[in-house]
Amino acid sequence: MRRLILALAAATAFILPAHAENVTVAVTAIVEHPALDAARDGVKQALAEAGYKEGENLKFVYQSAQGNPGTAAQIARQFVGDAPNVIVPISTPSAQAVVGATRDIPIVFTAVSDPVGAQLVKDMEKPGRNVTGLSDMLPVADHLALIKEITPNAKTIGYIYNSAEANSVSTLAALKAAAEKSGLKVVESVATKSAEVQGATRALVGKADVIYVPTDNTIVSAFEAAAGVAAEAKLPLYAADTDSVARGAIAALGFNYFDVGKQTGAIVVKVLKGEKPGNIPAKVAVGTDLVLNKKAASAIGVTFPESATKRATKIIE
Amino acid sequence: MSQIAFWGAVELGLVFAFVAIGVYLAFRILDFPDLTVDGSFPLGAAVAAVLIISGLDPWLSTAVAMVAGAAAGLVTATLNVRFKILNLLASILTMIALFSVNLRVMGKPNVALLNQDTMLSAFFGQGVPEYLVRPIFVGLLVIVAVVLVWRFLESDAGLAMRATGANSRMARAQGVNTGGQIYLGMALSNALVALGGALFAQTNGFADVTSGVGTIVVGLAAVIIGETLLGARGILLALIGCVFGSIAYRLAIQLALSSDALGLKASDLNFVTAVLVAIALILPRLRRSGGAA
Repeated sequence: MRRLILALAAATAFILPAHAENVTVAVTAIVEHPALDAARDGVKQALAEAGYKEGENLKFVYQSAQGNPGTAAQIARQFVGDAPNVIVPISTPSAQAVVGATRDIPIVFTAVSDPVGAQLVKDMEKPGRNVTGLSDMLPVADHLALIKEITPNAKTIGYIYNSAEANSVSTLAALKAAAEKSGLKVVESVATKSAEVQGATRALVGKADVIYVPTDNTIVSAFEAAAGVAAEAKLPLYAADTDSVARGAIAALGFNYFDVGKQTGAIVVKVLKGEKPGNIPAKVAVGTDLVLNKKAASAIGVTFPESATKRATKIIE
Repeated sequence: MSQIAFWGAVELGLVFAFVAIGVYLAFRILDFPDLTVDGSFPLGAAVAAVLIISGLDPWLSTAVAMVAGAAAGLVTATLNVRFKILNLLASILTMIALFSVNLRVMGKPNVALLNQDTMLSAFFGQGVPEYLVRPIFVGLLVIVAVVLVWRFLESDAGLAMRATGANSRMARAQGVNTGGQIYLGMALSNALVALGGALFAQTNGFADVTSGVGTIVVGLAAVIIGETLLGARGILLALIGCVFGSIAYRLAIQLALSSDALGLKASDLNFVTAVLVAIALILPRLRRSGGAA
């Protein structure tokens, strides 16, 4: 009898949490930095708004590969083994590792610039298989227009990036093409790790009129180093993600990654509601957030035109 | 830990066993602290991936990747033997140069292999689940590599290489061409590491230029865990130790990944892994000193 009660107790203990958390979403990123973390939080927020609350009816798992693709592959296997309802890989290598590890579990990737080039989906409109997601391809033409609007005398744009990051390389190609059209020149400077960001920024002093930082994981993780050099040399510093404005950029136009995460979360909700990922078109993130940093701008003698301050969604004084 | 996660860890451990054997050849046999591996691992991945995409047979592509790795090893050996650059520095120079070479080889930082046929494709869909096919396939290759390296090191040529690492002056006095042994050893070591890279790309579906980061740390950890677990008696045991050490290292990461129940955060991963590996290294020692007392 006692054994029976014990067995029953064990069984209830086993069953109860399964009832309390009936949906599992597993999120993984290649590395931790404010933008990718914001994307993760955005996914969580979108889920909460759709009624999936962590601790109530949602189990939200998160793992970071700490910059190591080998670990990313291992996390992918771990998630596939745990069989969550949806896996959300953030960044290109994490997404490839997860897509390589399962053909069954629904995958909604995010913060991948070129999902077709990365072979995550065959076609953005009809992804097929078990994969869909959100691309964060930057609207570089809009960024150039903003640079011209705020600093009309700029002729040469300094571009700091890690040549090892797929996203940044495809952004550079797009930037060069767009710059040529508007009569601007692009000079590149490479930092392969965050410790080199300061030096890479310094290499642009005297060569560039303004500096533009893409959504590069390496550069963004050491954004303050770039901001310090830019302020010293009185070079206007533009970012491609709005989160970096508070960290020293004078302006950024685009999506903040929290929004990217929320847009991703909306796709995750569709999948949770039963839609097949392969039937949901992969999208490009949208955003028209303009964030200005008056303090950083006035320190280097830049004043924002009224056209910019009027449509700014946020101004840091 | 689920079955898929466990076998995933074993599979990665087996892939990195090639790195461990390569590191063992350089560090233990030749006494050559070789950091080239941080570059030759992604080099193997890059060469194999690019050739497979160009339509070359995956087996042939992997063989070419090994040749590329061997060439990288030869560069380090040349810098050291021919131009007398300190071994550690020579390998660092090759390693940083390879970063750019790898970007050139791939033409971009990341090449996907998710839709191409690889060495493993023929074995999928034969009734064995994919998560088992991969470790079995890589495991068989590891066994072949262990046997070949073991037979080589037990041969006369291998003995000359071991003598070079153990006491190069004595080896020279016995008529061993120690410079030639360093060339051979470094080529062999980095060919094995590149093979690991080529297999990593094919089992995971992508080659990424950043995948070399910390390869040397993983390789060394595997060698030392292996020595602690199995002891350093005899070549064959040491080689088997490399394989088990590499798997043990991956299982430690897997445990660390499952440790969120203990209130640990995702960002604690590297720390937890380090602690688990440290425990694996300390435990046998404690047991030994306890037995003595």
